[in-house]
Amino acid sequence: MISFNKYYNRFNILSAFLIATSLFFLIFKGLNFGIDFKGGTLIELRSTDIKINVSSLRDKFNQMDLGDVSVKKFGNDTDFLIKFENKDNKKNIIEEVKNNLDSSFGNSFEFRRVENVGPKVSAELLRSGIIAISVALILMLIYIWIRFEWQFSLGAILALFHDVIVTLGLFSILSLEINLSIIAAVLTIVGYSMNDTVVIFDRVRENLRKYSDIKIFELTNISINETLSRTLITSITTLLALLSIFFFGGEILKGFSLAMIFGVIFGTYSSIYIANTVLVRLNVSQKTILKEDNN
Amino acid sequence: MLYFSKLRIIFITLLSSFFILLASSNLFNFENNFLNKKINLGLDLQGGSYLLLEIDNNPVIEQKLQNLTLTLRNYFKEKNIKLNNIDLSDQTLSFTVKNEDKQKVIEIFKDEKSDINPYYPRFKSHEFNIIDENDILKVSYSKQGMIELKISSQDQALEIVRRRIDEIGTNEPNILKRGNDRILVELPGLDDPMRIKSLLGKTANLTFRFVSNDSEDTFGTERLKYENGIDEENVSKRIVISGDNLLDAQPRMNNQTNETIVSFSLDRVGAKRFGKATSTGIGKQLAIVLDGKIISAPVIRDTIASGSGQISGGFTFQSATDLALLLRSGALPAPLNIIEERTVGPDLGQDSIDAGMIALAIGFLLVIIFIFIKYKIFGLITNVTLIVNLLLLIGVLTIFEATLTLPGIAGIILTVGMAVDANVLIFERIKEELKSEKNNLIAFDSGYVKSRTAILDANITTLLAALILFFMGSGPIKGFSVTLGVGIFTTLFSVYFIARLLTVLYVSKNKEKEGILK
Repeated sequence: MISFNKYYNRFNILSAFLIATSLFFLIFKGLNFGIDFKGGTLIELRSTDIKINVSSLRDKFNQMDLGDVSVKKFGNDTDFLIKFENKDNKKNIIEEVKNNLDSSFGNSFEFRRVENVGPKVSAELLRSGIIAISVALILMLIYIWIRFEWQFSLGAILALFHDVIVTLGLFSILSLEINLSIIAAVLTIVGYSMNDTVVIFDRVRENLRKYSDIKIFELTNISINETLSRTLITSITTLLALLSIFFFGGEILKGFSLAMIFGVIFGTYSSIYIANTVLVRLNVSQKTILKEDNN
Repeated sequence: MLYFSKLRIIFITLLSSFFILLASSNLFNFENNFLNKKINLGLDLQGGSYLLLEIDNNPVIEQKLQNLTLTLRNYFKEKNIKLNNIDLSDQTLSFTVKNEDKQKVIEIFKDEKSDINPYYPRFKSHEFNIIDENDILKVSYSKQGMIELKISSQDQALEIVRRRIDEIGTNEPNILKRGNDRILVELPGLDDPMRIKSLLGKTANLTFRFVSNDSEDTFGTERLKYENGIDEENVSKRIVISGDNLLDAQPRMNNQTNETIVSFSLDRVGAKRFGKATSTGIGKQLAIVLDGKIISAPVIRDTIASGSGQISGGFTFQSATDLALLLRSGALPAPLNIIEERTVGPDLGQDSIDAGMIALAIGFLLVIIFIFIKYKIFGLITNVTLIVNLLLLIGVLTIFEATLTLPGIAGIILTVGMAVDANVLIFERIKEELKSEKNNLIAFDSGYVKSRTAILDANITTLLAALILFFMGSGPIKGFSVTLGVGIFTTLFSVYFIARLLTVLYVSKNKEKEGILK
């Protein structure tokens, strides 16, 4: 049996530090919103001329007076991802860019993807994204509140907040882009983290009924150990699937799978070291669940 | 938990085979209508354009209030009430009347049988609100009036948008209302939306008006630019005929001048008016105005009584075709703005499908190998279940003809990763039970029973997340929520029926075997 409970304090301090750091970055550095939430234009280009490189393309785009422009390689050497803010909200911006490129590079570009999001739509998408995550958290809260005693609910929700905040914090620190698919990833993380926590809590409650003489500090450790191989196997298979998406699923799914990978790791960690320590700190005992059962 | 009746086994086998057959229908073309179902590919996989259009209702509101001004003036004139200081600004019509008339005017506006201010009994609201602000009466659209106006202009715009897109002939366009002032257009297979964008971006308001000088015109004139943006002309505000009078328009070649033109034919009213105008206006210039710009202003040489004519204006064949198309399909009630556009080329779509399939294959393989190493014979059972699960998932998506998107494929891969969870929960539980229970059957049975709540909890939480995504997400993300959500049900089915059935078959033959599950 592994003594997870020996490190409860140390990992709680680490988590507090992680959350504080994440919040610091989220507040002062902010998130790198993609065009879904910031508005603007995204173009994915494939060039047929191998001599064209990022810097020559960047120079060209900077001349076009499009506001803030970013030009990056996208996957292989001939693919480029260009983003600009389209500050004047010009109507025929794509046509203009196309003509401009054709005149300086010849017809050597294929427009593989074009996304154009107006300021009104991006504001709405951001709002509905925030609402979606909030609704998810509230629904999980209600669910866990129906299923368990309030001490358990608090633990699960704290673990959930920890996972969401730290994942977003990591995106802020690494300046990774937040777009619609990241919102989907965060929501799936919420589901996954909850799932993981609930399985351990289920066992804690079962053991609370079984043993009246074991203190919660020991009891959580027993429960974690009993469910440990399940926790690990499920995390591993999920990570295997996600890693396969990350490495082979193409550039578009990279951000999504990366967010999910972070989320699964944090979710597994928080189920053990946040959800359970809350039970310990609230001194949950057999009485806690028996009271509920009598009602 | 471990007993299966014969009937049940047959039912499970039939149901699974049915869905697997459906899943396979994606690979073959069945003649049978029922089996001829396929998963739809989202725009991000098959390539195509997604356009979100917003109707700019401001010009409509201005126009309607302008018309209301005339109506009100005449209406109250009959009642011997004179409206003074009429002003229209900020979508509010304001005027003053003599103090003794004020109450009467307000009463007329607030009367449920009012002729000038329609009352909607269903919403308990008038079309317009009237307020008295420092003796100035202000009329503006009520909330409900505004909604009615938006809905009606949305209906009209939708119809025109549909006609324009149908004229171009793209395959299976999807044109839907969004809210009360937006229209969503999905154009599968279209890789260059520029032409459609430019066609939808034009209101196509066509008028024929005489060129005239300030002094002689009773309707007033306005100065309009030609399409080249340089030349200008004074044009009467009196409309001879408008686009509403057109029956047909076609691009043609003028044999004499070798120029591309647009020929048109008019309805009866239009033909009559056109004939009259051309007979009285010989020698004058008739300006053809489209969306506030003059296309051309030819001099009338002869009376045209036939009700048909032609527009020239230095067109290329393409621009003549487009103009004819716009004129045939009619004018939009209000300008449309494209507020969101997402276009994926067919190449990228195919690349995404390929990458998604490779990721699915590799992810699937890794999971299967891992599970087999971990659980041996029961790993094999889990893996068979996993394959059936995947086929069931595809079968269900097929029967509903769901739309598969790139995030949707990610959802399937993720389902593969998470689907083993239920089996793992069961097997780990059984292992614990085996420590204290010698009889394999009993241990397996209590393993299934005791793991049930944890499995339900785990799946309900994921289902909640998928549901929220389904209702809040759009397009590709919705595709993700669908595969994730459907995946939960197929997982539960395959774990509790197929895996359990296989487990029962194996365990009942090895009741006494020691260390059956390690």
